[in-house]
Formats: sequence, structure tokens, C-alpha cells
Amino acid sequence: MLKTFSRGGIHPKENKLSAHQSIKTLDVPKQATIMLSQHIGVPAKAIVKKGDEVKVGTKIAESAGFISAAIHSSVSGKVFRVDKVVDASGYPKDAIVINVDGDEWEETIDRSDELVKECTLSSDEIIQKIADSGIVGLGGACFPTQVKLTPPPSMKAECIIVNGVECEPYLTADHQLMLEHAEEIMVGVSILMKAAKVNKAFIGIENNKPDAIELMTKATASYAGIEIIPLKVRYPQGGEKQLIEAIIKKQVESGKLPITTGSIVQNVATVYAVYEAVQKNKPLFERLVTVTGKSVKSPSNLLVRIGTPIEQLIDAAGGLPEDTGKIVSGGPMMGKALTSMNVPTVKGTSGVLIFTQKESTRGPSQDCIRCSKCVSVCPMGLEPYLLAALAEHKEFERMEKECIMDCIECGSCQYTCPAYRPLLDYCRLGKAQVGGIIRGRQAK
Amino acid sequence: MSNKLTVSLSPHIHGGDSVQKNMYGVLIALIPAFIVSLVFFGLGALIVTVTSVAACVFFEWVITTLFLKKERSTIADGSAIITGVLLAFNLPSNLPIWIIVLGALFAIGVAKMSFGGLGNNPFNPALAGRVFLLLSFPVQMTTWPVVGQLTTYADATTGATPLALMKGIINGAPGASFDQLPDSISLLIGNNAGCIGEVSAIALILGLVYMLWRKIITWHIPISILGTVFIVAGVMHWANPSIYASPVVHLLTGGLLLGAIFMATDYVTSPMTSKGMIIYGVAIGFLTIMIRQFGAYPEGMSFAILIMNAFTPLINAYIKPKRFGEVAKKK
Repeated sequence: MLKTFSRGGIHPKENKLSAHQSIKTLDVPKQATIMLSQHIGVPAKAIVKKGDEVKVGTKIAESAGFISAAIHSSVSGKVFRVDKVVDASGYPKDAIVINVDGDEWEETIDRSDELVKECTLSSDEIIQKIADSGIVGLGGACFPTQVKLTPPPSMKAECIIVNGVECEPYLTADHQLMLEHAEEIMVGVSILMKAAKVNKAFIGIENNKPDAIELMTKATASYAGIEIIPLKVRYPQGGEKQLIEAIIKKQVESGKLPITTGSIVQNVATVYAVYEAVQKNKPLFERLVTVTGKSVKSPSNLLVRIGTPIEQLIDAAGGLPEDTGKIVSGGPMMGKALTSMNVPTVKGTSGVLIFTQKESTRGPSQDCIRCSKCVSVCPMGLEPYLLAALAEHKEFERMEKECIMDCIECGSCQYTCPAYRPLLDYCRLGKAQVGGIIRGRQAK
Repeated sequence: MSNKLTVSLSPHIHGGDSVQKNMYGVLIALIPAFIVSLVFFGLGALIVTVTSVAACVFFEWVITTLFLKKERSTIADGSAIITGVLLAFNLPSNLPIWIIVLGALFAIGVAKMSFGGLGNNPFNPALAGRVFLLLSFPVQMTTWPVVGQLTTYADATTGATPLALMKGIINGAPGASFDQLPDSISLLIGNNAGCIGEVSAIALILGLVYMLWRKIITWHIPISILGTVFIVAGVMHWANPSIYASPVVHLLTGGLLLGAIFMATDYVTSPMTSKGMIIYGVAIGFLTIMIRQFGAYPEGMSFAILIMNAFTPLINAYIKPKRFGEVAKKK
């Protein structure tokens, strides 16, 4: 029996159209727009101004708080402006716009393909290097990695869990990364183990990637303490709480941090970024992005400089199809719909998913028929039908009692609902309202 | 490309399940029982079923379009057809048409649409319709044609159902004995008197297997009902076999399988969590046997389900699923 999490979950059609497409490096853009808030927490503070010359890898913004991350230039050229730019959400946010001139990298970066296995740095030095390199969780949540590696003093890490699940349909970037850079990932995991002072690491990979499981298992041979765990294909297994439970059989208690189970979860792409930062001196300024969709001419896995306009990614995959109705940044279950193609790639862009007109609209919503399918698929043991009804009637206090804050917004309920009810929309509304109520109470 | 992009919140894909798919799935699961009813009750079964379905759909159409002035009538979702079939399956095959139409009017008009239609009704509409008829027309509703009269309808010869016989034995009716019960094979295939859809155990179980396979329903409600009936009836049979029939007979007779598989599992009127479903099922099983053995009516399934329908909101309010990462309560 393959391991998996204990409760709920769904198995959407996988549609991994870009699977086994080898990584292609996208051309450097003519102009890069680098957002200052690409992570959870305080936006970074710009340390360059208009007219400054920057190189690839130059730090252009520094971390502005405990939960924050540094940002580096992904291109070489001249800073054109430091100003508000409309981002993927449709709101103007602070950004640094750089006009590209050539492609000159900082000399400290090791650009060779050679595998560097040895790491002589101490735990603190590794964590410092990770912070200096602006590394954040690349699975999509973009939580600053150094914060995860420094748990509160009362808690102790026992193992690293690496997320190679890629449970979102369509996305294949992590899969391809494991196929092409298994050794680098192993070194990255070893570095993280050293940083967190643990001697055990698990890499969870869903069983729909047998080649990655085989290759990665072979690669573990020369690295102590790393184990590959094949997992049953089930969404949302890539959710932090679900993955921890699937692998070490411990549930993160409601309202507690994952570290309370003794585990630190990192995405494979993050692990690879850690390898590059620590062993190659290369800060996080490019990432793998899956560009895909049923109408897309050539679904691809692209290596993209942060700040490249999404339009350029789509062009590289054969251009925008005629009947496009929606463009999503991320996967189909949790990704965000974009307001325009002229928004920049950010650290959290794991995929660009293009839907046809027909795929873009929801079915008409009906009354709840109380089939209870939402209850049975909810991985958190909530009752989405009830939460949605309570949100509709603005009964936010009761929503708090019904554990709305435990909702991980995976969307399994809405995916399953035969009455096409906007269950997650209502749950999000409730979460935002209840979050406000809780903060108000704490402030008193 | 048109220059407008749709912007909506995730999830951006849907599993493709729909109310219609579930409802028509239930109808497919009812086909075996319908075929058996045609084999044993012939013309009568056809007339009653067609009348009931037509009347239910007609009343839903009239109410949604003429009274509620909805843009689109809800008859296409299939739920009115199910109510019609299930109501018919709970009626004797010689029931006059006007009584069937009255039952359909009560089921759809009072039990379903007056509460707001599919999803909002507290009681199973088909059962409410049946019980309404049972209380209003006790004579017509409790005379069942003997099987095999394929071309007769209103003037069919009638006979006692197995449950009526079992009641007679409990009440000490002269001449009543377990020897008069049909054998298990007859009960399994449906060769005995009773309501149209309840006679054949095999046909109903086929429907259950189909609905479980399609994931239209889960096992919790039917299995907890059947298990409870088996245990409670079994204990009573073991204590006094001379008046209490064996649990197998209880399982195979009356509307027990029809109720457990198709009526108690009605989405709208049953609990939302698996724990709640089991409580609901156990209570239905227990009440059914209590009514059958000690109540005034030989058949207890309809009443047991309606009583538990009334408890469903209470069960939903107190029986919660196990939350992920639930913090153990400190005592």
C-alpha cells in the first residue's frame, strides 16, 4: 500500500501535457519588471535607484523584516524606474524596472554545470547564505526559506520533508527538475539537513512519476539519510499538512506550525535553489515555469528570469491560442487568474496555464442538494456546505466555531460539488472576515 | 482572442459531476426493480408508475413555472422523476389513478415545493406522499394484488403480504403461521404480494451495487439499516421464534430494501457526515423493527425514515466530522 494522507482528497484528471519536455532556457527579456513583494511577509526595500547599473545577480532590494526576503536582479542593464506597476492581481504595487543591456553576471556566480558536492559551511552560515540569496518557497506560497529553517527555540526539527509531489494537474516543472537535476537536489537536501541539524530527510513523490521515483532513488545511494517515499496520487497531497501526515503519520494540530511535528517541508524547486545559492553562489533570480493548456501549441517547461513578462513565456510555447478565455498563474486547483499578459513572472510563478473560452466559465450554480460530497472530500475534515451557507448569511462567529481558519483553500469541495456551488469563494470570504475578527480580539 | 480575460478565483476546473448525473444514476439503479415489477404485476405496475411519474413532473412544472415564475423549470434535473418512481414503487399495483395523482400532488406540492424545491425539503417527498395516502385511503393502500395477474389492473384479485401475515402471527390471528410465508427464493426474486417496487430483493440489491459503484451514495446508510434490522430482529427471533419472524425474512420483505437503498439515502433528507449517517441508519433500522413488531401497522419503514428525516438537522448540528489536526480536549 502506498502512503497517503488520511482524509478526503480528490483525483482530478492529470493532464500533464508538458511531461518529459526537457527544460528550455527562455531568452532574456528586453525589460525586466521585478516586484518588491514576491513573498509572504513584508515587501523588500529597494536599494537601487533610477539610472543605477546592475548585473545579473546584483542585490537590488533587501529584506525588510523577519518575514521578508531579499531580491536580486535577473538581468544586467540600467534601472529604468522604481515605481508602482500593475501586477498579476490587477493592483499597482512597488517594482523595479530594469532596461536590459547584454547579459553580464556577477563574477562570484559559478556558471559551470559541474556538480559541487562538498559543503564546508556551518549551519548558521548556510542559513545566512540562503537569506542573502532571497530564497523563498517555490511551491507557490513563497514563504521565506530562512525563516522555516530557524524554528522558535522551544521547537526542534527532526527531519526535512521534500515536496516532489506536484499534485496540481497540468504542472510538470518539478517533475522535469527531478529528472534533469536529481544529483543537485540530493546535495541541496544534504545542505538543508546540515542547516536544520537533522540526519533524516524524506522526498515524497507521487506514483504518477515512476521515472522520477526510480532516478531519485538511485541518486540517494551516495547520500546518507535521504529516503524517497512514493505516494499514492491524490490531491492535495502537496499541501504542507497533508504531506507531513502522508510521510510521517503526524497531524499538525489546528492553529499550530508544521514544525510542531518536527518536520520542515521544502519544495524540490526550493531545494534546487538552495543548492545553487550555497554551492554556486547564485541567488534566486530564475525559476522553472510550466507553460501549458489544452490549446497551447507546444506545452513546455521553461527556465525563466524573474521579471520576464508572462507574454514572452506564452510566445515561447507557441503563442496565445485564438480562443483563450483565461490565463492562470499556477495550477488549475489553486492558481490565480491573471488580469493581463503584461504582468511579470515572480518567484512564485510555478506555471502559466491557458484555458479556452469554454473551459473558463463555471457551470450555473444550483441550490445545495446536501449530497455531502464536499464533506467527504475535504482534507481538513470541514463541512464546506455549512461554511458556505454561514458565509452567505454573514454568520462569521459561527464560522469560527466550525473551524473555518483550518481551511487550506485547496478547492476540492468546489471541484466536486454537483450543484456547482461557489463553496471556496464563500469559504475565502469567511476566512478573511473571521481573520479580521480574531486580529481585532487579539489587539484588545 | 477576444481582448477580455475571465478572472475568477480557484479552482479553475470542475470534476464534471452534476445534479442531473446523480439523479439519472438513481433512475438507472431503479430499472431492475421496475422490470421485475412488470414481470410480476404487468399492466398494473406500468399504469401506476407512468401515472405517478407524469403527475409528479407535471405538478413540479406547474408550480415552478406558473406559481413561482422561475425562468427555467427544474423538471430536467430528474428529481421529480425519481419522486414519481419511488412513490409508485411504494403503492399497490391496483391503486386507482385519481388516488395516485393526489399522492403525487402531496409529494411534490406539499412535501417538496412548498419548502423551496430540491435541496430544501425536510422530508422525503415520495415517502410523505405515500404516508399521506396510507392515512387517507387505508383500505385501497393495504390491499395488494396477488402476483401474476399481468393484464388486470383495478379488478385484480388481492392477497396478504408477508408482513401482514407476520403481524397476524404476532397478534395471534387464527390460522396464521410462518408456513404461509413465501420461501426465500420467492422473496429474493420478488414473487410475492406487495408494493410495486419492493418485492424483489435481488433487483434492489443490483441497484445498490450500481449506486455504490458510481459513487452516487456511500455504504453508510443502507448497511447500517440492514445490519441493525438483522441484529434487532435476530435477537427477537432468538428470544421467541414462535411469534417473531427470522431476521432474513425481515430483510427480504416489505419496503425494507427499497427504503434502505433508495429512500433513506435521499441526499436532501439524510445527514451530512458518515458518523451522522450511521446514527441515522441504526435508528431507522431499530424503529422499523419496533413498528413492525409492536406498532399498529405491519410495515414500519416509511414511518421510521420520516421520523429520522425530522432528526437529520439535529444530527447535522451535533455530529461533526473528525477535523484534521483536532486538538484533543483537555478534561
